[in-house]
Amino acid sequence: MSEMLSMAKAINLGLKQAMTDDSSVILMGEDIGTLGGVFRVTEGLKTEFGENRVLDTPLAESGIVGTAIGLAMRGYRPVCEIQFDGFVFPAFDQIVSQLAKQTSRHQGTQSFPVVIRIPYGGHIGAVEHHQESPEAYFAHTAGLRVMSPATPNDGFHMIQQAIRSNDPVIFLEPKARYWPKGEVDMNSTPAPVYQSRVVRTGTDATLVGHGAMVAMLLDAAELAAQEGRSLEVIDLRSISPIDYDPIVASVGKTGRLIVAQEAPGNASVGSEIAATISERAFFSLEAPVQRVSGFDTPFPPANLESIYLPDVDRILDAVDRALAY
Amino acid sequence: MPYTEATLQLLTTDGTLVENDRVAPYRPLVDALTDQQLQDFYREMVVTRRFDIEAGNLQRQGQLALWIPSLGQEAAQVGSAFATRSQDTIFPSYREHSIARIRGIDPIHIIELLRGVTNGGWNPNDSKFRLYTLVLGTQTLHAAGYAMGIAFDGKTGTGNLDTDEATIVYFGDGSSSEGDVNEAMVFAQSYQSPLVFFLQNNQYAISVPVERQSRSPLYKRGEGFGIESHQIDGNDVLISYAVTRASLDEARAGKGPRWIEAQTYRLGAHTTSDDPTKYRQASEEEYWKQRDPISRYELFLRAKGASESFFAEVKAEGEDLAADIRARTVTLTAPPVETIFNHVYTDEHPLMAAQHQWLKDYDASFGGAS
Repeated sequence: MSEMLSMAKAINLGLKQAMTDDSSVILMGEDIGTLGGVFRVTEGLKTEFGENRVLDTPLAESGIVGTAIGLAMRGYRPVCEIQFDGFVFPAFDQIVSQLAKQTSRHQGTQSFPVVIRIPYGGHIGAVEHHQESPEAYFAHTAGLRVMSPATPNDGFHMIQQAIRSNDPVIFLEPKARYWPKGEVDMNSTPAPVYQSRVVRTGTDATLVGHGAMVAMLLDAAELAAQEGRSLEVIDLRSISPIDYDPIVASVGKTGRLIVAQEAPGNASVGSEIAATISERAFFSLEAPVQRVSGFDTPFPPANLESIYLPDVDRILDAVDRALAY
Repeated sequence: MPYTEATLQLLTTDGTLVENDRVAPYRPLVDALTDQQLQDFYREMVVTRRFDIEAGNLQRQGQLALWIPSLGQEAAQVGSAFATRSQDTIFPSYREHSIARIRGIDPIHIIELLRGVTNGGWNPNDSKFRLYTLVLGTQTLHAAGYAMGIAFDGKTGTGNLDTDEATIVYFGDGSSSEGDVNEAMVFAQSYQSPLVFFLQNNQYAISVPVERQSRSPLYKRGEGFGIESHQIDGNDVLISYAVTRASLDEARAGKGPRWIEAQTYRLGAHTTSDDPTKYRQASEEEYWKQRDPISRYELFLRAKGASESFFAEVKAEGEDLAADIRARTVTLTAPPVETIFNHVYTDEHPLMAAQHQWLKDYDASFGGAS
């Protein structure tokens, strides 16, 4: 069965499927029940599954994640929603020092299958703390897995895979991609989640990104094609761990790598990819790996976000630099 | 001094039972205890104190990186631990050594934690005694979530005291200022979870006196959240048992969370890295030594006719445990290297596999066994 759906709806249906499949799955978060979440991702689920499985929690992010840990100890598979990217930090200790380390601390006697959904990234013109890309903090933390879908189809399948994971997952939902529709094949067998994917083939340079950046990279590749340049685009899908093999293979073919992300570039996921590719594909590289990132500044007032965020021009500028070597 | 008009006490420092209207409701709980149970209270307090002293000695001799003494807090811990029913789950902080023992944890596992052999130590699903938590107050949220799960499972509030579950979480006066503790109260009260907050007010957060944490008695913190709260003499093992017993049974009956502030005193240092002479007066320590939890209870038991041989037997048990712990501690060795990589994740993870292999290859590159 294939349908044209927005990513918000696809994740909604993925959550519904996961809750139907496994009665230990419960949803927790601020405004996720009666309202259906500020992005309506959980719309209708409280009505369907009841208030003991879709919890409109008190307004306390550390409390949400901390109680989710306790519920996991009790055998539940909690899926927490953090309302916006910049609101995750009150829960930072519970995520980084507790959730992430519990599995190791318990030495195999207990798993912590907690999913933390975070709408993230810019392009929506919102106020401070509502447009950030905090993935590097979590990718840096042992014990967590981090993933981000770029399409509605991945949204539907990856949220279910995240919930089935026996490890904690930070599930980053690119809010700029919540509303564009795409084909969702609900009956297909999903790709393994820790697998990056070539979404456009090309020969001149490789573009790598995740989340909302993937659509931007595809736009850039389309534009470049009109100028006679063939760009390959890879969707990371999993940010921690990263599946490097397709990137290494692609760079073996193109010799050039451009890594793009909305997050600040300093000590970022893009930095890690650049370092790893220079280790693993040094002799394939014809040019230094180019990073295209947000600036190392706070996310600016929304009127300036189009300057702060990487766009097609900045991506193509980086392609030009790589090809100039 | 920390005792207030609200402080509930059953046993005075001279070992006699208090009779008044406020403690009268708790008296039947104590009267129902058998002589054996009353003697077990004493046994656990004395044996744990001896263990605690031995562990401190081991640290001084370089066998442990650190020790966290519970000296002086035995009554608060032992009374409340015996108040739990076997189906109840206990979330400790990191000083609840007697409670671990009561729940069947071999104290050598606590030693392992402080010797750098493990970050955990036991299987909490066997004992229903969760792992020690070192970031203060975080465990109160885990307990609140666990208690929410009990209610979702329908395993509480059915009216059956022998099967309905409840949860108790231990923390201190310092932790009470942490946001997590306050959020835990919000969640527990909002969801009417079967959870007892057990605050051991030992008067200091390392060096900072409780007055810096709160200008009003800490039992009122619970009341501020609408949670029925009590302040007890935490050096009185009988009131600790009775109020905790009643609070847990109210929580398991579906009446929502309860809050207990136990007024006690950390007779030793915060940890062996600490020097209490820098921040408290000898006169204050003397005040609390006069209120020692063990000596008053010994007077009580002697008045009830406990034999000299019983006290001798408990003392010997403490000495035996100390000797046993000493003998085993010095033989504890580093865990296997794969401990670094195993169980970081439950499912397979490529970085763990690759880095473990790298370490093996690196070690092998020196020509020795990997």
